[in-house]
Amino acid sequence: MAQHPSLTFRLDSQSGLAPYRQLVDQVRLAVRTGLLRDGDQLPSVREVVTQITINPNTVHRAYRELEHQGIAEGRAGLGTFITSRSRVGSNATERASLDQALQDWVADARRTGLDEETIRELIRSALRQDGKVRS
Amino acid sequence: MIEETSVLEAVNLGKRYRRTWGLQDCTLTIPKGRVAALVGPNGSGKSTLLRMAAGLSEPSAGTLRVLGRSPSPGTNDLRERVGYLDQDRPLYKSFRVAEMLRFGEMNNPTWSMDVAKNHLARLDIPLRSRVSDLSGGQQAQVALTLCLAKQPELLLLDEPASSLDPVAREDLLRQLMRQVADSESSVVLSTHALSDVAAICDYVVVLAHARVVLSDDTDYIVETHRILSIVGDGDLALPPGITVIHEQRNARGRSLLVRVELPFNDDRWLVDRPTLEEIVLAYLRAGSPRGDGRDVGETENGAR
Repeated sequence: MAQHPSLTFRLDSQSGLAPYRQLVDQVRLAVRTGLLRDGDQLPSVREVVTQITINPNTVHRAYRELEHQGIAEGRAGLGTFITSRSRVGSNATERASLDQALQDWVADARRTGLDEETIRELIRSALRQDGKVRS
Repeated sequence: MIEETSVLEAVNLGKRYRRTWGLQDCTLTIPKGRVAALVGPNGSGKSTLLRMAAGLSEPSAGTLRVLGRSPSPGTNDLRERVGYLDQDRPLYKSFRVAEMLRFGEMNNPTWSMDVAKNHLARLDIPLRSRVSDLSGGQQAQVALTLCLAKQPELLLLDEPASSLDPVAREDLLRQLMRQVADSESSVVLSTHALSDVAAICDYVVVLAHARVVLSDDTDYIVETHRILSIVGDGDLALPPGITVIHEQRNARGRSLLVRVELPFNDDRWLVDRPTLEEIVLAYLRAGSPRGDGRDVGETENGAR
């Protein structure tokens, strides 16, 4: 387990997202933030099952989905690895412009008198809507 | 011979206890390789179904096949291939753990002493302890170990984690999942804890008042249900392809838990994703004849 100390899966029973999708999202986030890099090995199904209380089929399904998305690849007899094509999402400039747009949006929301809790809820709701469109 | 793709198949299955039906008109298929949950209030037929699947009681109506065979009492072939754990977790309290294991070995040709001992070693349960000296959680673990060491293709577990504290419960379920990962056994378990279902089960059967009200793959269930809410009293018609499972009205508007067959795009409604727990509860409420989710209170083992 020493090769991937950075990745510990978590399951949120309140999220409304299927457990396998939660795992997929956690790997994608880890790749995006640099916690996982090209060639890193994902924990084996057995390791995940030892780590958290989860159905092994769910882990298999998440890994298959990651392979399908080109983020990970299964190597026979070795395990599942992050692929070199896995750069999910944006490059640095795109990212900076998104960041700026979001800050502007938050400033606008503040000006209309929304409090932080309401702003958070709007963002959460937008993410859920987005999830709905993609499903 | 056709390859078995299901571990349990019921067609119009029913069980009658004197005057009441313990299970009625039950048609369902549980695919192989799954961890399936039976959920529902007390008296909804969970234990009745498990006992029939284990060959401990005979159906009064319909047909039941377990691993492709009829599980009537005395079918030795199935006795080895199916492990059943009663909700009372029967153990000989005066026995030492090692004696329980030897007892299991004598009675089960497919017994693996390695599986049993490794399992208990991981849990730090000494083989020399007397069963009566173990905690409730440890006793539950020993009972599960006896079931796992048979190395059955199908495990039927009636409330395996009930009455355990949260840590013992987590340990037990984790051990079970580990066994599933190692042996690829199928599992059908009954439970009241909906949060466990979301974590460990990939198939769910919801029973209400002796009938099946929902039976499907959990991911599929989560992905095909939505909560739609609307402010105001407008009796807005819903687009086709939407089935309302449960509706709540309040002074401000309506909230519906629905099943959607097609992507839902109607911005007059606020759309949200329900958790598996919310979906199961909606089916349980809808399945209640009075519509208030109350339980009739008939016990499932009333005729024992």
